[in-house]
Amino acid sequence: MIRFEPDRSQYPQPGDDGKIEIDLETGKYLKLWHGPNHPGITGNMSVELTLCGDEVVEGKTHVGYLHRGFEKLMERRTFIQVFPIVCRVCVPEPDFNEWCYAQAVEELAGIEAPEMAQWIRTLILEMGRFNSYMMAMGGIGGALGMGVIGQWMTYVRDLMLDRFEEMTGARIYHMFILPGGVRGHLPEGFSERMEEVLQTAERYLADVDKAMFTNAVFKARTKGVGVIDPALFEPYGVTGPNARAGGVAKDLRKDAPYLVYDQLEFEVVTETASDIWARARVRRRDIDVSIALIRQILAKMPKEGPVMAKLPNVLHWKIPRGETYVAGESSRGEYGYYLVTDGSGYPRRVNVRGPSYTHAMALLEHLIPGTNIADVAALMVSLHTYPPEIER
Amino acid sequence: MGSLRDVLSPFTAWKHVIETPVTIRNPIGREAADGYRGFHQNDIEKCIGCGSCEVICQNAAIDMVPVSDPVDGDSGLRPKIDYGRCCWCALCVDVCMTGSLTMSNEYTWVDTDPDAFRFIPGVDPKPWDDLEKGYRREGGRVLTGAERVEMGELAPEARIDNFDEIVAGYTREQAMIEADRCVECGLCVATCPAHMDIPDYIAAIREGDYDLGLQILYETNPFSEVCGRVCTHKCETACAARHEGDPIAIRWLKRHIVDNVSEDRRLEIVGTPQTLPTRRKVAIVGAGPAGLTAAYDLARQGHAVTVYEAQDKPGGMMRFGIPEYRLPYAALDRDIAVIAAQGVKIETGVRIGHEITMDRLRAENDAVVLSIGLHIGRSTRIPGTEGGGVETAIDLLRRITAGEEVPVPKQVLVIGGGNVAMDIARSMARLQKVKHGAVGVTVTALEDFAHFLADREEIEESLEEGVEIIDARGPQEVVRFKSGNRKGEVKGLRSWAVTSIFDDKGRFAPQYDQGDERLHPAEMVVEAIGQAADVSILGEDLTEALDWNRGRLAVDVAGRTSEPWLWAAGDAVHGPDVITAVADGHRVAASVGAMLMAMGEVAR
Repeated sequence: MIRFEPDRSQYPQPGDDGKIEIDLETGKYLKLWHGPNHPGITGNMSVELTLCGDEVVEGKTHVGYLHRGFEKLMERRTFIQVFPIVCRVCVPEPDFNEWCYAQAVEELAGIEAPEMAQWIRTLILEMGRFNSYMMAMGGIGGALGMGVIGQWMTYVRDLMLDRFEEMTGARIYHMFILPGGVRGHLPEGFSERMEEVLQTAERYLADVDKAMFTNAVFKARTKGVGVIDPALFEPYGVTGPNARAGGVAKDLRKDAPYLVYDQLEFEVVTETASDIWARARVRRRDIDVSIALIRQILAKMPKEGPVMAKLPNVLHWKIPRGETYVAGESSRGEYGYYLVTDGSGYPRRVNVRGPSYTHAMALLEHLIPGTNIADVAALMVSLHTYPPEIER
Repeated sequence: MGSLRDVLSPFTAWKHVIETPVTIRNPIGREAADGYRGFHQNDIEKCIGCGSCEVICQNAAIDMVPVSDPVDGDSGLRPKIDYGRCCWCALCVDVCMTGSLTMSNEYTWVDTDPDAFRFIPGVDPKPWDDLEKGYRREGGRVLTGAERVEMGELAPEARIDNFDEIVAGYTREQAMIEADRCVECGLCVATCPAHMDIPDYIAAIREGDYDLGLQILYETNPFSEVCGRVCTHKCETACAARHEGDPIAIRWLKRHIVDNVSEDRRLEIVGTPQTLPTRRKVAIVGAGPAGLTAAYDLARQGHAVTVYEAQDKPGGMMRFGIPEYRLPYAALDRDIAVIAAQGVKIETGVRIGHEITMDRLRAENDAVVLSIGLHIGRSTRIPGTEGGGVETAIDLLRRITAGEEVPVPKQVLVIGGGNVAMDIARSMARLQKVKHGAVGVTVTALEDFAHFLADREEIEESLEEGVEIIDARGPQEVVRFKSGNRKGEVKGLRSWAVTSIFDDKGRFAPQYDQGDERLHPAEMVVEAIGQAADVSILGEDLTEALDWNRGRLAVDVAGRTSEPWLWAAGDAVHGPDVITAVADGHRVAASVGAMLMAMGEVAR
């Protein structure tokens, strides 16, 4: 394998503190904005790159393009009014917001969602995970010049959105998981139609295996690139597939089972290399786990039963003083809601713990120096981050 | 690192070249899923304009706008939705009290006019108005409670031999749950004759602030003990919650507030008049709800008010018409005590026209309010009503309250289907149980059960207590024994079946099926078919001078008669109803007060 090795004598040397003294006046450096409008950036954020030749010597992340102030908005809405806005915190995988918020409210208000609702919630979260991974697969393919992977995955994701549409009444922002339960039962014949989608997905994923994972170019561009030292996992708060690709078998679905995960059989997927390849593989294999889980849920879930617990009148719902943190394993890692209530009709404070905040900012800034400019997009996409959830 | 397989394998993707494209040629024509949350539909006839959708909308996308005149139970407002703000969450559909608001599965609509995306569903016609598909709530309303907290009551066997109060009143826990169901739409406020601030005092219960609740009650009604028990609760028939469940128990919640504020505390909260005395004098004839309410208001304005009451105790029909098991006298006394504490003088046992004449009242006062109620029982005047053994309900009820001896035969027949008929039937049943150990009361009403005038609870409770109710019977004759040692005594009531009560023009003209005749045996017949005012107290000259409207005093909107110094209020003007009388008392007091203020202060 041919690999370009630059003449490092031309590069700036780090000082005693390990930082590089960058002097733009010397003409050795070039500032390049990667994003906010760039197909290799995952959403509305940008990385301010400082290049020396084709190597990145510094990358500063810039967020704020998508700031809508959700956490503040939530403090000005009643507990039921928060429900429609939480899904908007994370566009591609909105359901985690709905579940975390609903679960947190239920804990503080002393309400328990009925069993049927727990199963449907689990199903929704797995369908959401599946969709999220579809975007990740398409993204990593696209970032490395394989646009067709993105098209395939978008198609499969669309089929899953059809299932979301018939189940929840909406494609993207489902607004289905209410505090107290879910809004409805599964439509008639849902399982059969879901099975069709899963089979189509498996067919396309087999093609992805052939076109992307059995591909000399993809391997050359990803193996050994963008390695995250497992020692960084703890201090940088790395969770989810990014950590599992480094051999850490941590998964909240197993470690702290929520909803009905304790009644489901699945394995925690891990790889060891901790590079872009390993992260892509973990996600690819986790899709199979998700597909198996969706089938399992549909087979095991009760056929009938109430889906909503009795709520107090939501128009003046007050929740006693308290605080709680509810977290689950999203497709990107630990996703959590910290909710504080003060006995009034409004949340005192809501904090959203999205994995993208650490992965796309602190971790990326740490990883990016030394990367070839051509690999920046792949590195970024391999971290699988969603800027909307950074800016909540 | 790379193998030959890794080089060749990606080319398998080329097989997709010969596959049919997966994209849809025309996504605009694609139909959404059955349960899609698309543009709203509103069943405009079903909608009551309660505005719960507007309250719950987190985007303020809904404005309630007037589309018709308000009527009882319908604000006349309808939701106007701004689709520039709507986030399609459908909370408005979930909270809708009537289920009128739904969402169609139509989600594409193109218009070049931006204002077109702000419209009133159901009023502004749209192509999707009749679509069957779209978001519908599973199992009805889920976001507000639909079931009323049941009220504790004395069991029939525990109450039938006494006049103890039947209704227990809510506990704090029960009241909290019941108060929680209110959506604060205010349809009740518009419907209540006295326009009590119902959502506000219900909110005070939720907050556990009974002092505030009492303060709110007294702003519009000094008879909360009474109305908390026997109000005709028109508010509850307007309540938004009744559309998919039970209406809020507004009456019981009002009572719950007074139950939780001690008498001393009530006087502290309500206080005494904070104005200087005006030295203007007002005489009020009749210490019923209208008179005492007017007295309360006028006294708090600083006027010197004297209420003249013919009976020994104040309260009027609240005391002498309503049986104690529905309204204990002590509760009434507590309400009156607060009114008396405002400096109102109540002269009982003074019958105008006997001890004092109207002329003297006029001469000694700046204004006179007539609130004499309806204390004369009407008679059916069918053959046989003349003579012993036939009573009017209103007279019997008064005598029972006053502790006078009343006849209690083993079998009583009541003519009438209103609440007064139920009151006398149930009172007689209690007296019979004590005296004879058994209940023998039959009620015959003109109306059939579907159109009964009495409250449903009254009918149910009467039946529980062993009262027999026969509907759709027209009384024809009180039959008396023609011979034997009981000659002349009542034998029973002969009745015909009713085929219709009103003619096609809506006038009262009952038609009977004479073939269906029955004799209801009874030793006493009680007529409970209506009451009249005793206007003889006015004296001939005044009666002549006043304007009349079908036997009732004609008054203007403020309750003033054709004589500028005389106002009339209460049942005698508006027919029997406590809360209407209270409202009337306020109205008259405002009018009298305005006139007295215009006259200025009396020179000191």
